[in-house]
Amino acid sequence: MIDFFQFQRKNAQKTFLIIFQSIIIFAVIGYAIDRFYMKNQFPVMTLLAVIIATINSIIAYYHGDKLVLVSVKARLPDTSNLKEQQLVNIVQEMSIAAGIQPPHVYIMDETSPNAFATGRDQNHASICVTTGLLDTMNREELQGVIAHEFGHIRNRDILTMTMVSAIVGAIVLLSDWARRTFFYSDTSGKRKSGKGSSSGLILLFLLVISIIAPLIARIMALAVSRSREYMADAASAEFTRNPLALASALEKISKHYDHVVDRASTGTAHLFISDPKGSKLNDSESFFSELFGTHPPIKKRIMILKQMAGVS
Amino acid sequence: MAGLIIFFAVVGFLVLVLIGIYNSLVRSKIQVENAWAQIETQLKRRHDLIPNLVNAVKGYMKYEQETLSKIVEARNRAISATALGDRARAEGELTGLLTRLFALFENYPDLKASQNVLQLQEQLTTTENQIAFARQHYNDSVMIYNTKIQTFPGNIVASWFSFSKKEFFEIPETEKSVPQVNLDI
Repeated sequence: MIDFFQFQRKNAQKTFLIIFQSIIIFAVIGYAIDRFYMKNQFPVMTLLAVIIATINSIIAYYHGDKLVLVSVKARLPDTSNLKEQQLVNIVQEMSIAAGIQPPHVYIMDETSPNAFATGRDQNHASICVTTGLLDTMNREELQGVIAHEFGHIRNRDILTMTMVSAIVGAIVLLSDWARRTFFYSDTSGKRKSGKGSSSGLILLFLLVISIIAPLIARIMALAVSRSREYMADAASAEFTRNPLALASALEKISKHYDHVVDRASTGTAHLFISDPKGSKLNDSESFFSELFGTHPPIKKRIMILKQMAGVS
Repeated sequence: MAGLIIFFAVVGFLVLVLIGIYNSLVRSKIQVENAWAQIETQLKRRHDLIPNLVNAVKGYMKYEQETLSKIVEARNRAISATALGDRARAEGELTGLLTRLFALFENYPDLKASQNVLQLQEQLTTTENQIAFARQHYNDSVMIYNTKIQTFPGNIVASWFSFSKKEFFEIPETEKSVPQVNLDI
């Protein structure tokens, strides 16, 4: 018997850690600006940065799921479509099997087969799948995938994963904007003279953000280790009593590895059942990929599922 | 005086323990009842869906009239059954017959093209699955409850307040086996 309470506790700790991390990182940037550029007596920028990071975390906690769903352009299922009706039914079945309230169901119009769950707890959860998944999977395989997502919901992975997405998403957005402003501000020709020092400050600020943000994103994703995918696979087998269905679903997904989910970004990649960016990093088991990969190798996952069913 | 205080302390403690045990038994019983309600809902839904399905496929499946009438009979028997054992048997039979019917669909390409039939098949399939998962949940709850009222100290409290054992909802062995499909037709 797997002690999932332990995983629930771990996830709660990780969530705190992520919030803490993001506030510290923002504070350091703010402090650097205060100290080296503004030479203020009162740490204005530090305070401002901490406030921004706090607000960002609060928004991520309460609305992270909505941000994620909007960012991948998710829509509600159309129940007149047989496949989408089937998806809604399967979610209902799994909610009985897992003893969890039925989560909201969303669809992504996307040919690559993939799925993810998001939300802050069991009562505020959503599951989103691509139309590609509905088209490629049979009923049992779809059930296996949905059960895997229920595993993430029950183990409370979704809160940690959603927080990372929302915070990293905000940082990535900020850095994109910073980079654009930084590189194009000179060509705009609207530079106002006289305020040289303050525009110089903004430029420096933008430069720092654009360099540091991708790094922060990487560090945060570290908190979301690969082991949670194995745990969710195990939960899927527990709910459906049919590990082979998920194994065959993963096999089908792995054949579509060359298809990349266009709408997935650095911020949302770790949410999906299989790596939506098709990163080669995740295929290996080296120390480096254990550390930086967002997903375990799909072949290893299939092997473990087959062992559960007694075929190897 | 001190003896009296100790006496009341012990009695008070025992009463608290008793309340605790009693509440835990009631909680388990409610869980069993809720789990049962979940099965009931799905069984009812299945009973409502079956006539629609039979009507929808009747025209296509000329050679399966016997299977279809068996399904209708099993459904009626399941509705009228009162004892839990009888019901479980009738419902189990129904599950077996429906599985066989869906397997037979493969022989009728026209059926697979009918959107209406496919919709009904999907609704029945999901109902079947929900019954299966709800049964799993119900039997787990019954096992926990029965264990509580048969082991010490729950058994003492249970006998005082007449908590009785609950029955499992089991499908007879014969219905669990994979249905035989004749593919020589």
